[in-house]
Amino acid sequence: MSHVPHPRPCGDFRTSYNADTSLFRTKVEGWTVYLGIFALLFAPLVFNDFYISQMILIGIYAIAALGLNVLVGFTGQISLGHSAFFGFGAFASAWLNNTTGIPVFICIPLAGLMTTAIGMIFGIPAARLKGLYLAIATLASQFILQDFFSRADWFSGGAYGSAAEVVNFLGIDLDTDQKYFYLVLFWVVVSFLAVSNLRRSRDGRALVAVRDHYLSAEIMGINLTRYRIMSFGVSSFFAGLGGALYAHYLQYVSVEGFTILLSIQFLAMIIIGGLGSVSGSLLGAIFILLLPQFMEEIASSAAVVFEGIEQSKAYIKEMSVGAVIILFLIFEPEGLIHRWRLIRASWKLYPFSH
Amino acid sequence: MVQAHARKNSWLGDVKMNWDLLFQLMINGIIVGLLYGVVAMCFVLIYKSTQVVNFAQGEFLVLGAWVCWFFVMKWQLPFVLAFIFAMAFMTIFGILVQMVILRPLIGEPIISVIMVTIGLSIFMQALMNWVFGNSAERFPSVFGDETISIGGLQVETAYLMSLVLSLVVMGLFYYFFKFSRYGLAMRATAFNQQVAQSLGISVKQVFAMAWAISALVSCIAGVVLGLVNAVSNSLAIIGIKVFPAVIVGGLDSIVGAVIGGVIIGLLENLAEFFDGQFFHIGNMYTVAPFYVLIIILMIRPYGLFGTKDIERI
Repeated sequence: MSHVPHPRPCGDFRTSYNADTSLFRTKVEGWTVYLGIFALLFAPLVFNDFYISQMILIGIYAIAALGLNVLVGFTGQISLGHSAFFGFGAFASAWLNNTTGIPVFICIPLAGLMTTAIGMIFGIPAARLKGLYLAIATLASQFILQDFFSRADWFSGGAYGSAAEVVNFLGIDLDTDQKYFYLVLFWVVVSFLAVSNLRRSRDGRALVAVRDHYLSAEIMGINLTRYRIMSFGVSSFFAGLGGALYAHYLQYVSVEGFTILLSIQFLAMIIIGGLGSVSGSLLGAIFILLLPQFMEEIASSAAVVFEGIEQSKAYIKEMSVGAVIILFLIFEPEGLIHRWRLIRASWKLYPFSH
Repeated sequence: MVQAHARKNSWLGDVKMNWDLLFQLMINGIIVGLLYGVVAMCFVLIYKSTQVVNFAQGEFLVLGAWVCWFFVMKWQLPFVLAFIFAMAFMTIFGILVQMVILRPLIGEPIISVIMVTIGLSIFMQALMNWVFGNSAERFPSVFGDETISIGGLQVETAYLMSLVLSLVVMGLFYYFFKFSRYGLAMRATAFNQQVAQSLGISVKQVFAMAWAISALVSCIAGVVLGLVNAVSNSLAIIGIKVFPAVIVGGLDSIVGAVIGGVIIGLLENLAEFFDGQFFHIGNMYTVAPFYVLIIILMIRPYGLFGTKDIERI
């Protein structure tokens, strides 16, 4: 059970505590990230609407998946109710803006905070549970919250859903995909930076200790209840943030979007990306969002040979999600990020890779 | 279902009717609850002997029902033969799932095991939607539609049959684990895998057998439900409803699973009754068990009848 998820590559020595807790492993890695973000600033000028909208969705899902990774990957707590928190953030932001008139730009992080509170409330029973019992308890919270959304007309508009205003930043309406892209990019950078920093802080190490062996962690003086609830809170914050961004992107929120299927997709993202890996969350979100489109292409080209595939595209897409979860768990349980590390290691050590 | 029947009655709403309705709903709850109990037993069986939580239990049940339906309707086989074929099919299916999907994951962390069965459930759901369509299909009537009056209550024969079948399955389970050689082997494996292996029990076989039995019994439950209602993919919701039942009973107690199933069945119907009569909140039928689940987990984190893990460093 206690395998080290991300072992340091051979020959990579750290000689000081500062080097050990650096944000990026190497200078090259740091520059790649900075250049990548800089290049993304020009993406709306280059790509067409379709690609931009895909990138926005990837960004939103990546934020939520990142939150789930804090909970599942860092702390080792399983949650099957993440999409309910994602949905709560979406409704909370729309509700806050519609009732109090606080500008949407501020409502988005506020919705994240509201979701944190809800997440911590559901985290209280969860703090005593682990493994399977926890999975089932979070499943219950998914159903309870979903029921709440469809019932609380004052909050979510009930069966009709609620409208979410366009984001207005310093007098500019972010009403096109191109403009909204920058908002999402901003929050993606902030979230990923925050979680990377959490990981190398005292609290982050405490969370990892709780995952690796909770009894030992407790004996070493780590307050289990506190850290478990905290990780629920952090995870819900990012879920709520992602949900709020999602709401104001679609400008409409309805109950149907936040089912258990979405929770499972979030879990699939972090498993495929790599549990406990910050950049893995992004890779997983990209993979899960592009997979249906990829399957659609395949189905369309297969339809030339086999008649009738065209109508069953929806099923094929759904099946592919289930199938990749199974295949990844059997053949690559540590996710895409592990594959990437292997590739990098073999380049680094070329030609003596063994 | 009797529920639909009962719902119509609840609009009458005078005080004398309520007692009848309450009684009817409770009978209903016990019958449905015993079926939950059967499915929960399959679930606990797999958990106890292989430490795997099967989130695809509901899909197993639906697949069994569809296969039986397919044999009856498309191949025109007599019902009993179709039922036997379906059970054989599901047994093989259960063994295959265990060998191909679960065996590589032995020793992996619990999240992987949970996710792989969730992946399986999504995959099977989509596949069944594709192959069998997403409408509800009826079996040709096997038990007949006539009703029997018990103590002034009208109960459909199909319900009685489901009650009897549930009890028979439970009796067989009891016999199997108490007296048969294989049942003993399974209990030994559940108790301690290493010791069981050193005493000459093939743990591989036991694992395969647990999945086979579980798939087989799910198939029985699925066909019974298909006969009572109709076969449709939405029956898979039972797989989710089983969780409260299993938690109430404790994840590793087979007797607890049955008791939990009955409690949840009763609870659903009582919640429906009180909601319909007094509170008018709506949708309590589906959500009430989950509230109870959370409350129970807060008081006893290992279920009502589950064993408390004592961990050492």
